[in-house]
Amino acid sequence: MIRYEFVPRAQPSTGALVIVPILTVALSILCGTALFYILDKPAGVAFYAFFIEPFLSNYTLSEIAIKAAPLILIAQGLAIGFRARVWNIGAEGQLTIGAICAGLIPITWPQSDNVLMLPAMILVGALTGMVWAAIAAALRTAFNASEIIVTLMLNAIAAQILVYLINGPLKDPRGFSFPQSVPFPDVALYPLLIEDSFLRANVSIYIVLALSLLAWIYVRHSFSGFRLLVSGLAPAAAHYAGFSSNRAVWISLLVGGAAAGLAGVGEISGPIGKLQPILSPAYGFAAIIVAFLGGLNPIGIVVAGFFMAVIYVGADGAVLSAGLPASAPIVFQGLILVFYLASHTLVNFELRRIGGTKGTA
Amino acid sequence: MDMIVFILTGAFATATPLLLAALGELVTEKSGVINLSVEGMMALAAAMGFATVYTTGSYLLAFAVAAGLAMLLSIVFAALVLIFSANQVASGLAAGILGLGLSALLGREYESFTLQAPSGLSVPNLSNIPVLGSILFEQDIVVYLTVTTGLCLMWIIQHSRAGLILRVVGEDPHIAHNLGFNVLRVRFLAILFGGFMAGLAGAYASTILTPIWSQGMILGRGWIALALVVFGTWRVLRVMIGAYLFGALLLADLAVQTLNLGIPSQVMTSMPYVMTIIVLAIVSRNALRIKLNAPVSLGQSYRPGQ
Repeated sequence: MIRYEFVPRAQPSTGALVIVPILTVALSILCGTALFYILDKPAGVAFYAFFIEPFLSNYTLSEIAIKAAPLILIAQGLAIGFRARVWNIGAEGQLTIGAICAGLIPITWPQSDNVLMLPAMILVGALTGMVWAAIAAALRTAFNASEIIVTLMLNAIAAQILVYLINGPLKDPRGFSFPQSVPFPDVALYPLLIEDSFLRANVSIYIVLALSLLAWIYVRHSFSGFRLLVSGLAPAAAHYAGFSSNRAVWISLLVGGAAAGLAGVGEISGPIGKLQPILSPAYGFAAIIVAFLGGLNPIGIVVAGFFMAVIYVGADGAVLSAGLPASAPIVFQGLILVFYLASHTLVNFELRRIGGTKGTA
Repeated sequence: MDMIVFILTGAFATATPLLLAALGELVTEKSGVINLSVEGMMALAAAMGFATVYTTGSYLLAFAVAAGLAMLLSIVFAALVLIFSANQVASGLAAGILGLGLSALLGREYESFTLQAPSGLSVPNLSNIPVLGSILFEQDIVVYLTVTTGLCLMWIIQHSRAGLILRVVGEDPHIAHNLGFNVLRVRFLAILFGGFMAGLAGAYASTILTPIWSQGMILGRGWIALALVVFGTWRVLRVMIGAYLFGALLLADLAVQTLNLGIPSQVMTSMPYVMTIIVLAIVSRNALRIKLNAPVSLGQSYRPGQ
């Protein structure tokens, strides 16, 4: 009887680190295509719409930039926590709170032409996203409450707060009873990459890339980044070295919350331009996948973020041209994470063939 | 008074999906594995359970299909954590996202469809006892079966050989291995049981409790079930009591909304989530109690021979 077994490697394989994302994407595409086939959709057409069409027009390229920005930004923040094994699942809620609080500024002064409005919104959005995440950090450090469950519950609460506000106090009186705020003035919006065009891409993508560089420097070259990594990988060792695990929880959640809050500003000051019931197509959850697919590495996350953005844009197209259901991309995201976690085993383990023996497992 | 009886009666039903899922997760966690995909498993089961009743009319078949699909998803999770030694939190999220996606995909043709509510199975004679009769004996059969399952589990975990093996594996997989138990097999079965129960929970939610299908109808109840296991400090009876209290809370929100007290409905909708956070903080606060009751190896992956 021939069987295979995972044998631990002495050192993590760097080659596998490169192969894993490629293998993941290949397996997900294969499985996804099989799914389209089962759904009775022309697999070739769906594949073309998903992965080729997004690259074919200026409009879709600009949409990729629009969607990559929040995904990369949130994922960079989450990855800092994930490396320290602090599980912030609440980016969606932090995004929502950041957007609501930042949105109060243009809603209060809708006629303003003060150029400081956008910087103020950025500041408020990041800070309030941070505050929302701080609830989870405080409950975890003071009461030992699972940050996973707390951040998740805070998502649901943030969504209810948004619905309440835009149906009540923040509702646009001239909005034909639509649940939405007044449209924001120009000074509340990110400048477009190409002015006076129909392309919606704006300068937020540059800010995100600059922050990604910062994240890379933090992770690679700062002692604080190293301490976080140690407290995730070897909590006992971190404890003996005097690295506080509470500190890791606080840093992880505050950075994650700030990034998500900033991403919230990116949405309301970017493609949306007001507050409305749905601010994000679940960027907060997709960013979890982006963080992992990027190997929790700031550079990898940029690549993974663009890839995920292609899926979002491709899915929009595939819904129209291949008649694909709108939920297909969520399935696809799930597949990516499952295959990533499975193939990531190759980094620390070697698949060895054990021929003829009965094996010990 | 009527309102109180209504809540006390209805709480059994609203608690049932929470309790089913929480009992399954409790067994999984007792083996040392935390499976965060409960919400996804419940959603997938709810979608297909609904579709099965809608097309065939058979509740039995619906519960079987739902449990089977949730178990399939739990096998995906089990493969990740047991074969590939992947991180349990990340694997649970992965399986959960997959489940939520599949539920939306498979349920899309049934969006906003409704089923006729099944007639309750009340216990004759006893249900005529005033107040208590209607509270205790006018429930549907799944409620009784769930409570019975809970009581059985309580005995199995504490007093049977299978329960002992489960606890040993969860406390220290290395000792369990040295005692000759197959740790991975025990954990696999425990994960599978968690999937089975989450499947029943999803089917109950979409076909009996609120027989309307809409995407996202599970509304975080899978996560509340996960929190319930912590509330109950991994003890079956406490989890059962916790589930009933949360069932009452979910129902009280609905009841208060109908009273029109001028409280925004969003405040009431948020209440279960706020309560989950508060109770979680209060229960977790006693680190010693958590430490004494939580399975020691919870969340750690195990490879034989290490």
